[in-house]
Amino acid sequence: MATQVEERTEGLIGARMKRVEDPGMITGTAKYIDDLKLAGMAHVAILRSPYAHARIKSIDTAKAAAAPGVVAVYTGKDFEHLPPLPCAWQAAGVENFVATPRALEIDRVTFTGAGVAAVVAETKVAAEDALALIEVGWEPLEVVVDVEEAIKEGAPQLHEVADGNIVMDWHCGDADATEKALSEADVVVEQRLVNQRLVPTPMDVRGAAATYDPGTGEYTVWMTSQCPHIMRLLMTAFVFGIPETKIRCVTPRIGGGFGTKIYLYPEYVLMAALAEKVGRPVKWVESRRENYVATTHGRDHVTYLRVGANRDGTITALDAKTYANLGGVLSTIAPGIPTTLYGRMLSGSYRIPNIHCQVQGVYTNTGMVDAYRGAGRPEATYVVERAIDLVASELELDPVEVRRKNFIPPDAFPYDPGILNGLKYDTGDYDKALKRALEIVGYDDFRLEQQTARAEGRYIGIGFSTYVEICGAAPSAWIGATGEGWGAAMWESANVRVHLTGKVVVTTGSMNQGQGHETTVTQVVAEELGVAPEDVTVQFGDTQGQPFGYGTYASRSAAVGAVAVYHALQRIKHKARRVAAHMLEASEDDLEWTGSGFAVKGAPDRAKTIQEIAGAAALGYDLPEGEEPYLDDTYYYDPPSCTFPFGTHVAVVEIDAETGEVKLERYVAVDDVGKVINPMIVDGQVQGGITQGIAQALWEGAAYNEDGQLLTSSMMEYAVPKAEFLPKLEVDRTETPTDLNPLGVKGAGETGTIASTPAVVNAVVDALAPLRITHLDMPLTPERVWRAMQAAKD
Amino acid sequence: MIPIALTVNGVRRETEVEPRTLLVDYLRDTLGLTGTKIGCDTSVCGSCTIHLDGLAVKSCTVLAVQADGCEVTTIEGLAQDGELHPLQEAFWERHALQCGFCTPGMIMAGVDLLGEELTDEEIRHGLEGNVCRCTGYQHIVEAIHEAAVS
Repeated sequence: MATQVEERTEGLIGARMKRVEDPGMITGTAKYIDDLKLAGMAHVAILRSPYAHARIKSIDTAKAAAAPGVVAVYTGKDFEHLPPLPCAWQAAGVENFVATPRALEIDRVTFTGAGVAAVVAETKVAAEDALALIEVGWEPLEVVVDVEEAIKEGAPQLHEVADGNIVMDWHCGDADATEKALSEADVVVEQRLVNQRLVPTPMDVRGAAATYDPGTGEYTVWMTSQCPHIMRLLMTAFVFGIPETKIRCVTPRIGGGFGTKIYLYPEYVLMAALAEKVGRPVKWVESRRENYVATTHGRDHVTYLRVGANRDGTITALDAKTYANLGGVLSTIAPGIPTTLYGRMLSGSYRIPNIHCQVQGVYTNTGMVDAYRGAGRPEATYVVERAIDLVASELELDPVEVRRKNFIPPDAFPYDPGILNGLKYDTGDYDKALKRALEIVGYDDFRLEQQTARAEGRYIGIGFSTYVEICGAAPSAWIGATGEGWGAAMWESANVRVHLTGKVVVTTGSMNQGQGHETTVTQVVAEELGVAPEDVTVQFGDTQGQPFGYGTYASRSAAVGAVAVYHALQRIKHKARRVAAHMLEASEDDLEWTGSGFAVKGAPDRAKTIQEIAGAAALGYDLPEGEEPYLDDTYYYDPPSCTFPFGTHVAVVEIDAETGEVKLERYVAVDDVGKVINPMIVDGQVQGGITQGIAQALWEGAAYNEDGQLLTSSMMEYAVPKAEFLPKLEVDRTETPTDLNPLGVKGAGETGTIASTPAVVNAVVDALAPLRITHLDMPLTPERVWRAMQAAKD
Repeated sequence: MIPIALTVNGVRRETEVEPRTLLVDYLRDTLGLTGTKIGCDTSVCGSCTIHLDGLAVKSCTVLAVQADGCEVTTIEGLAQDGELHPLQEAFWERHALQCGFCTPGMIMAGVDLLGEELTDEEIRHGLEGNVCRCTGYQHIVEAIHEAAVS
């Protein structure tokens, strides 16, 4: 529903306001899941499978149950009445062969780290000690970890429901037209691309605590969740089979999510069930090793790419066949990520007339894979931005010129790439961002310098990524069951109340994990209502007393969440106008918004502030005929379309000819995320995102051995970047507002991660061009680069 | 159980601990000082950084019994008389934190670097024991730089 928009006073939106949530975090009082202590609380430790594929023949818990401090020990059989967890986003339009985890597995495990028994004890150490006393009769089964091995005939079969280990076989685009265009192209470049598995590694691991009240039959579950309302929906409707009023989900501060905290995990269900069994509060917080083996991973695609182009660099066709490794069982939205959010974004920022994508989701004996920061768009951007450079290299053209030749021009928006199932790119000016980035990096000078360096035997390179991505998920009818297959809606809620004292309380369905929502929303509220920021309180993360909301992921909290707040504020102001007119004995039409209240036009001393109006509305002694008391409004905002941020990222590298080490010399990012509410926060989002994306290109990668053991199962083996890995990032912006929402915002949470990975790989490949190296798979560790250089020299 | 006595944020504490109790667990579970975080279990991430007799250490890598007789300062004890430490102010001003989880350890490690003017490279090297997954470190480096020259 359209809202009537009151005039806005410019000021706080766009301001570099210090974050309102910081004082607790810098003084140590902010409370995260492991800081929660409940009276009488017992602690839970989980026994996890040491095998990647095995039958459970027996579990003997007697010794563990008798250990000091142990309250009780449970196995999967104790929770047989609870069904496996739901897979809530399945690939649309095709059959999905679904196998999901249970609270505890009963007879078989399909990845190392699956939970099979739980100890409840008086202390955490007592629970952990007792794990060693549980005796499991394992029957190890044959293991397959490689996605292309898993789909071969004769491969170990993980699930009866999934013949050949296939989760789903999904297509988008036009296969016949793409084949025809490829056959007619001047050149066709083919490349196998590996987008390796990553371990997201938020600093705060997952955890949950629960209580159960047998008097009311109500559970309260504290959990690390990016979307507690969805958790309540999934737990009540799909697992416990009870009304949604019987579970309250609460999320304390969460220290980073990056996607991993979107999902319903076995342990969240388990804590609720255990609280009921033992009749007292229980808490479990995972160790970092558990986080590595049992929390979701990201990416893990193998793609066979074919790109057709004319000799002048015009791309005529792109075909991608992708195997998406989804792990041993499916996480909550696993099939939706490599389909909707990957295949449908394969046009990138280019006019590509013929596109086809096939995605096969595959089970392997590895940990669950689901959305990780960017979620499908980093994988798509990697394919498209590598494709451009492969074509440029084949045709000996400048990669910048190939990009420009294929850019969607500014006058083509809204632009339908043809594979987005009806959605259109909203606004864009791709060359503007590219031009700015070229200026900052000094492109022409760099190419001259490169010639000199090459003559000296040095390997320096420059790489580009002129990306576009999709944010602001999503119109419910597009993404929901009638469209892309997500099992619910994707609007966002906001409730705004202006209390008697003029203090404003906002509840939003968005869920802060560090992005600064309290501050961003406060800026919108303070500017729209003309109140002081300190008079605004932003609340979220509790299903009790807050309207249902879909949470935070896919960079939706500004473009959807804050827009819901904005619309609620318009209705608040509209009602305030009616109340003020009554107070001032004037007609509504004769009033104007002063920036902090209403005044009679031409008579500024006849005015009421928003606080005075809120007080009158709250007391209700003297209101217009038929007017409800209180300034209180709830708005459910379903966006009309998605938003499409874009930009240009440039990496400059030098490779050590002796060691193969890649040194990132410069990194320039020009992003266009639409209007910016708080530039300081957006800079932080972009810098953090870039760092994660660079890390994929150069350092990070989950490694399983052939037995399905995760070799990178702690921060000692998995290369999360440290401060000294990185140069100073040069971050700039252009600003092309979206016309889809009144704030003009598009989303800024993931652009850095999406854009940066191919920029760095393109730079390394550019540096190695004298050796005729046209592609290297990530991570570009010194060993991998050195071996490629040696092979090329031989 | 082993008796220990130490001073934490200026308060004398006497207690008995299991020999295997880590200092971080003693601070968090026994004293309720949950500002100090546990992030990795392997002494990599530095979220548990505190000051032990004035030096920044990872409290997951110190046994509580080793702190017997020592002075401990945690993030809760850094602000004095309601005044934020200059580095806490700088972290806030420079947006050097996002989720806030690594922040207490990062600030305690950063305080240990202050006292002289530092190059960005020196600051980055000085933070090699601390991991932040949100910020990309740039604002953290700026905050420490600002506090170092203030």
